[in-house]
Amino acid sequence: MNQAFCYGDHIDTDVIIPARFLDTSDAKVLGGYCMMDLDPSFVEKVNPGDMIVAGENFGCGSSREHAPLAIRGAGVTVVIAKSFARIFFRNAINVGLPIVACPEAVEGIESGDSISVDLTAGIIKNETKGCEWEMAPYPPFLQDMIDMGGLENYVKQQKEKQNV
Amino acid sequence: MKMTMTQKIFAQACGKSEVEAGEFILANLDIVLGNDITTPVAQDAFERMEAVTVFDKDKVVIVPDHFTPNRDIRAAMQCQKVRNFALDQEITNYFEVGEVGIEHALLPEKGLVSAGQVIIGADSHTCTYGALGAFATGVGSTDMAAGMAMGKTWFRVPEAIRVELTGKMPKWVSGKDVILTLIGELGVDGATYQSLEFVGDGIKNLTMDDRFTIANMAIEAGAKNGIFPVDEQTLAYLKESGAKEPKIFEADSDAEYVREVKIDLATLSPTVAFPHLPENTKRIEDVEEIVIDQVVIGSCTNGRLDDLRIAAEVFKGRKVKKGVRVLIFPATQKIYRQAMHAGYFDVFLDAGAVISPPTCGPCLGGHMGVLAKGERAVATTNRNFVGRMGHVESEVYLASPAVAAESAIQGIIAAPGTWTKEERS
Ligand code: SF4
Repeated sequence: MNQAFCYGDHIDTDVIIPARFLDTSDAKVLGGYCMMDLDPSFVEKVNPGDMIVAGENFGCGSSREHAPLAIRGAGVTVVIAKSFARIFFRNAINVGLPIVACPEAVEGIESGDSISVDLTAGIIKNETKGCEWEMAPYPPFLQDMIDMGGLENYVKQQKEKQNV
Repeated sequence: MKMTMTQKIFAQACGKSEVEAGEFILANLDIVLGNDITTPVAQDAFERMEAVTVFDKDKVVIVPDHFTPNRDIRAAMQCQKVRNFALDQEITNYFEVGEVGIEHALLPEKGLVSAGQVIIGADSHTCTYGALGAFATGVGSTDMAAGMAMGKTWFRVPEAIRVELTGKMPKWVSGKDVILTLIGELGVDGATYQSLEFVGDGIKNLTMDDRFTIANMAIEAGAKNGIFPVDEQTLAYLKESGAKEPKIFEADSDAEYVREVKIDLATLSPTVAFPHLPENTKRIEDVEEIVIDQVVIGSCTNGRLDDLRIAAEVFKGRKVKKGVRVLIFPATQKIYRQAMHAGYFDVFLDAGAVISPPTCGPCLGGHMGVLAKGERAVATTNRNFVGRMGHVESEVYLASPAVAAESAIQGIIAAPGTWTKEERS
């Protein structure tokens, strides 16, 4: 059962992980404070494999990579939103947190619904309501980056090439 | 060719004669910046990338400004980790407490930024340097690590919104009111993935400090960057700071923009952004009586000399309202000294304000003035998100130094001078 946790528009990085907890970069520790200022019960209820579903401009605000790390650390495997803020989008791709922009799916999901996401096939399914959506593919450049396992591996490969 | 100013900088940085919006490029970086919160995360990624040394020790800049002077033991450990890395890598531009300032005021002041450069910083307000005609944008720590390792990173070439500024601001209106007005119009995601390119004959009436404030908050409209054309004032600033030879780019006359916005500076009023988004703006004449507990004047948005000068002008010979706490934090050591010599510190102290060393401290609810439950602050900072400056049930109202200072004296949100609906309509 992969449960959806639904939130509104403009969920900023200060509520995803408040600045007062930024004195560590351990995803597990950060995960324990995830969404605390918006929904204190989130960390108690979330289980590995669950999803965050949100409105427009998810992840706006600071550039802290602690935000996607905290989400991953809390056990969340995918974030589905109507749209993402630019730096958050970049960070999520770079740290390997799958994010999906799909406004139609967001409209059709309520908190507590059981959701499955097949990233390779590009399908989001709402098991509770029995409906599904297709998601738009990433531009080829980003897909390559994702396939390589994020920016870290990309740099590693570049470095290896230079050394050969 | 139909390129915007940003696109021209990008074309040059990736060695092409032309780029177009939507294209992905690998661009050379002139500066890679990090602070005490984002650098430790980047260090870990740098290690996992199996990188050994930074691409250029003169082009990596590390500024521990957020939780310094060390807030507590955990912050101290974090700063220690950053310090060890900086010393190990022989980073030229690492700034220890005593020489440190808030990064986005410090880099321009030290001459580390010049026109035409491409700059990434693991801090969202890196976009500040657009005031000097550079492309500058905030990124995350993994990007910082990749930048440190390779001296390059990937970008999607952005579309742009053209913002035309005309006319001259009335007394007590400043750069902060310009950018708050613009964000109010665009919304906090109105410019997502796009550049804000400022043009128009009103720019010559803006001081460099006004321009820094405006570019600083481009991210608050979701923008990738905000950028100003290079004029005589810019060149004079760059010369004084000892910056590298500027490379001047101008947008083509037939450049394409996704949107155009016009602002007549003469029509602006002091503007306040209400909790909990910078887009919730109101002109001062429409602000009802709001009693406040704290006033914060400083930050990378409004902690420069102009800002302190304006605040001092308002505070001169007057007293902070009983029950209101006023924190003034000059953005750098140089600004601190200049403000002190100009006599502003006496004015602030006589009024009953406290002066903090340069630090991000209260701006992000870190330390040095955190808000309690139910408290309200007027701040010259750039974000008023839930819990930004402390308790989740506290409130932050964003405003200019003039409004912040006047509010401190009156104990309610107010601007110096008279601002009535009738007069402004
Ligand atoms: S002053 Fe505030 S907004 Fe500026 S860099 Fe520091 S924490 Fe960020």
